[in-house]
Parts: sequence; structure tokens; C-alpha cells
Amino acid sequence: MSHLDIELKQLKVATIELWNLVNTQLAKGYESLISMDKEIALEIISIEKRVNAYEIKVDRDCENIFALFNPVAVDLRFVLAVLKINTNLERTGDIAEGIAKFVKHADANFDKKLLEKTRVLEMFQAAQNMMDHVLEAFEKEDTHLARKIFKEDDILDQINRGATSIIADYIRINPDSIEQALYLLSIIRKLERVGDQAKNMAEEIVFYIEAKVLKHISKLDSNI
Amino acid sequence: MHKIESKNVNFHYGQTHALKNISISIEQNTVTALIGPSGCGKSTYLRLFNRMNDLIENTRLEGQILIDGVDIYAKGVNVDNLRKNVGMVFQKPNPFPKTIFENVAYGLRVNGITDKQLIEERVITSIQQVALWDEVKDKLKKSAFELSGGQQQRLCIARALAIQPSIILMDEPTSALDPISTAKVEELVYELKDKYTIVIVTHNMQQAGRISDSTAFFYMGELIEHDNTKNIFTHPKEERTQNYITGRFG
Repeated sequence: MSHLDIELKQLKVATIELWNLVNTQLAKGYESLISMDKEIALEIISIEKRVNAYEIKVDRDCENIFALFNPVAVDLRFVLAVLKINTNLERTGDIAEGIAKFVKHADANFDKKLLEKTRVLEMFQAAQNMMDHVLEAFEKEDTHLARKIFKEDDILDQINRGATSIIADYIRINPDSIEQALYLLSIIRKLERVGDQAKNMAEEIVFYIEAKVLKHISKLDSNI
Repeated sequence: MHKIESKNVNFHYGQTHALKNISISIEQNTVTALIGPSGCGKSTYLRLFNRMNDLIENTRLEGQILIDGVDIYAKGVNVDNLRKNVGMVFQKPNPFPKTIFENVAYGLRVNGITDKQLIEERVITSIQQVALWDEVKDKLKKSAFELSGGQQQRLCIARALAIQPSIILMDEPTSALDPISTAKVEELVYELKDKYTIVIVTHNMQQAGRISDSTAFFYMGELIEHDNTKNIFTHPKEERTQNYITGRFG
């Protein structure tokens, strides 16, 4: 194994470690939303510091590889992809932290009926599945799996689109729970962005393995 | 019309089939890099463009090499005229044991130019073209051997330019130079392509990336891939090209 191969392998390992941390944040976010457990919410917020430290480390590793090894072709595309995935992961971590803050600040448990009606828990699971699948695609260098992510995002979009009217109806009937309802709408919006981040990462995986640019195309044709 | 075009070129050193069916078209005013491991045929291929391989015994060429649409291996081609049109710079700087001025004037004199004023003009222009003028203007009558390696190599490029070729062949022109001299030669190549068509053999992948418009990868006498340099170094089509440029060959 060449020196560059070792560096690239270590970069991949660090990226996967960061990815697992972010996925853990999301999993705990789901848990905290069901149980309204503020301890779990605080745990998510504390993980965020490690996520940020990892982001800086991966950035610096990429910079070193560019400077010292002048990667080309698939190696170059890999480092470029990791650089962008790194940003996507950090933002996903921020989203999980944002959800945790809503749980932390919520005065009362979320109304179970509202959770059910908005399908937010289903959405949360779908977002987690997307993140798991895109990580698997990255680990296995599987572009077929990466491409499946685009279809998975449809459910997130669908739930997000329906959320506004459901929340508006709920507020009309329950004017005392406006704050809670708005928190939930914000969580739904954030989960929709998790789906976007996962799609961006899937695009980067296809870019680095196949040298194909899917950006801005996937919305038009998910079969590319 | 392409500046240089090779059509199904095969070249043999005795029993050794050194180049196998090479077809490449090179546009005017571009830099083309030939890359590949030692012994892949890239230097042999380069030397076909000014018939340098004619000097080697027991060699055989099949196919055609056209420069400005003319088959340079056709009967009746004047090889001296061809070499005036296709200059060459080698791996190690090879100035003649003459003054700096005479090194550059040499090609003009052997081509029968006797007009002193014309010679002087051409020498000065050529030395200026290679950005060496400020460094040598006060010592034109000193021996070329007094110059540094990098200066000598630029002097050799000036010598090639003095006879006003339209094509310059470079065979690893910076492999014996330090990074500063290398950067100067690379900068020069970049500037020269406005007036000349340049074909360069290099083992330095980053150099090929920095200075060439197109890159051809040779392996065991075959042309594996020839494409825009950006494509070669970002998403080569052939796995063998990718393995070579990423250092995973063999």
C-alpha cells in the first residue's frame, strides 16, 4: 500500500467516525423527541463539540493530502468529495443539535396526536435511514445504493409539504399550544434539510466513484 | 488541418516493435505532453517528428506523420528543412563550447545566414523570448558553460527558437533542473505556445498537468489514452491511465 493509499484510508476512517457520531446525534434526537428526555437532548448538544472537532480534523487532513500528495483522478475526486461530505455532516450535526434544543426548551411533552398527524416520527426514521444508507454506500463504494437515496427523499418532501396546513389547523383548534406546534414545524423543516444533506452526500459518492456530476439533475431525473 | 498528425504509426528497432499503431492529432499553438513509464515509446515517438530516429540503424517506420498536411517521411522531403521547422530541446542542457552569443547564432550560421545585423537581431530576440536577456546581456561573449544549468537550458531553447521553427519538441527539458529553473522553463513553455506548437515528454505528472493542453499516455508502445489534460488528470477514461497517474501501476 502506497503512502497516499494509507493517508486516503485514514481519511475515510475519520470521515466514517464523524458520520457515525452525526448518525448517533440523529438517533438520540429521535429518542428524545419520543420521550421528551432533556438529558438525551443535552447529550446531543455535547456531542456537537466532538463533531466540530472532527470536522476541523477532516478539513486539515484533506488540506495536507492536497499539499503533500497532489492527488489526481479518483484520488483527487475522493478528497474533494470528502471535503464536501465533511461540511454536509457538520451541518447535519447542527440540525440534530437544533432539534435537541427544541426538546430542551419545550415546556410540555409534544401532543402525541399532533406527532401522529404530522408523521414527524415517520419522517425522522426516514431521515435516519437515508443517513445510514448513504454511509453504507460510502463505506462500500456502492453507487447503486447511493442512487437509491434520491427516491427515499420523496417521503420527507411529502411530509414536509403537508405539515404547514396540519400545524395551522392544529393551532386554530389549540391556540394554547402555538409554541409547541411551531417547534414541531421547525423540526419538520430541519428533518427535510437532513434529507437534502444526505442527497448531497450521495451525489458526492457518485462523483468520486464514477466521475459523474449529478448535482441539480437528481431533482429532474432520479434514474440517472 | 492539424499541425501534426500521425496515422497508424508503427516503429521498429530491429525486432522490437517500439510503437504500435499510434494515431494522434495535435492542434496548432498547443502544448501536448507525452507521459508513460520508461521504455513505453514516448521519446521514440517524439523523435519521429523531426526524423531524429533516422540516425539510428536498423529501424523501420510504417504509417504516416504529417506536419502541416505534408508527410515528412515521403520521398524528396528535405530533412534539414524539416529540422529547421521542428526544433528540439533535450533532457540535459547541451550548449556548444562557444560563447553565449555564438550558441544562439550557430543554427543561423549553419543555415547559411551571413547578415551580421540579422544574426544579431535574431540572437537578441531569441534570448529575450526565453527571458534570459537581463541575465546574460553583459556577458554575451563569455562561454555558455559559465551559465547555471537552468540558464543553459533556456539558452538551448533560445538556440532552437533562433532558426524560427513552428514546432518545438522537448524531451524531459526540466529533469536536470532545480525547482526555480523548472518553474522558469514551464512559464516559458506556457508563453511560447502562442507562437509555437510544443510537444513535451515528461515524467513529472504535475508538470504535464500545469503546462499542457492535451496529454497522451503511452504504455508498452501503445497509446492508451489521449485527451484534454484536465480530463486525463480528473477523470481518465482508461483504468491503466488512472493507475499510472495515481502511482498504482504494476
